[in-house]
Amino acid sequence: MVPLAEDMLAVAHAIRRCTECSNLDLTSCCGICQDNARDQTRLCIVENVADLWAMERAAVFTGRYHVLGGVLSAIDGVNPESLRLDYLVERVKTEHIEEVILALSATVDGQATAHYIADQMVGIDTRITRLAHGVPVGGELDYLDDGTLAQAMKARQQF
Amino acid sequence: MPEWTDTAIIIDCRPHGEHAAIVHILTRHYGRYAGLVRGGQSRNMRPIMQPGNQVSVSWRARLDEHLGSMTMELADAHAATIMNDRMRLMALTSICALLQGAIAEREPVETVYDATVAMLELLSSDVDTPLWLAAYIRWEIGLLAVAGFGLELSRCAVSGVTEGLRYVSPRSGAAVTSEAAGEHIPRLLILPGFLGGDTKSLEEDVINGIRMTGHFIARRIFGVHHQPMAEARQRLQNMVMLQFGKDMASDITNDHPSHEEG
Repeated sequence: MVPLAEDMLAVAHAIRRCTECSNLDLTSCCGICQDNARDQTRLCIVENVADLWAMERAAVFTGRYHVLGGVLSAIDGVNPESLRLDYLVERVKTEHIEEVILALSATVDGQATAHYIADQMVGIDTRITRLAHGVPVGGELDYLDDGTLAQAMKARQQF
Repeated sequence: MPEWTDTAIIIDCRPHGEHAAIVHILTRHYGRYAGLVRGGQSRNMRPIMQPGNQVSVSWRARLDEHLGSMTMELADAHAATIMNDRMRLMALTSICALLQGAIAEREPVETVYDATVAMLELLSSDVDTPLWLAAYIRWEIGLLAVAGFGLELSRCAVSGVTEGLRYVSPRSGAAVTSEAAGEHIPRLLILPGFLGGDTKSLEEDVINGIRMTGHFIARRIFGVHHQPMAEARQRLQNMVMLQFGKDMASDITNDHPSHEEG
């Protein structure tokens, strides 16, 4: 147990929160933000670090991230100030982001936060997009919940 | 061992431990209830546990005063259909916040349940925004009545006449005519056309209506508990003001101070 405890202590001391995007890394400006090879004009907004890791694991996005650290919830007292949304808006303005991708969860709170962020970006010259909702890869229709099916039907595309 | 089965609307859900969730629901026959849902954070249950969804619920506990545990099945996935529209989504979160703030736990309120189901069905439909907002304002008036502060909008509080009603007293919640209002007009709330007031455009009526109910909800539902107005309700009002071209957002929480004197 002692080596494990020592390792955990070392991790706790070493981990830093990125001052740019709130990602976790060993440096205060994380590897993703420091990587100049990434697309500097696209910003993906995620709810937490686990979501960022999921996106990186899928290797489908080459831009940079912004980790909110939660979603707006009136009942839990999470307001725009606690998510530092003003900093996010400022970041989009000053870094001349051309596309903001809202990769927030398909929950009531997640989508309410996405709409709120989109409202805050009105007047900024940037394109706002969000992830599609619908049938997951490998998903069979008879196992899907009604809500997902309804979303998939609404977002159907020309084939 | 107390137990029951009923239909319900989910109004709040929060994680509890690693797998469970504590869910607040509004049932048709038993009122607002909370309960533990085992496996509530599972992949199968998460889509069901969204606020606004209609579910079939079974609740059981060892003693009546215990939190109890719930099992539930989805009956109608309103949340998924409402989620894409920002104003409808804000109305949904406002409805949930108001139900949480205004309805006492475990007191049957069938009328509120039925009205809320009708409201959710309207939000899920393709009805134009001003039309469902007018229905939403009526829903809030109904909620105020159930909470013990019904508005008297059918006759003038001063003269007793039922025609020509134009304003509402911010103190008593009673309608008055222009003649009866006299010099107090600047302090009064405007009665929307669809509630019997002077018929204007539906958009303007919606703005007047949401300001009127917002005033009474802030004071009579949250104010009496020394709580601020529900944030979701404030945001909805802000959004309505901006959407319909009126920059009255500053009026939101602190309605005209002069209203207190009305």
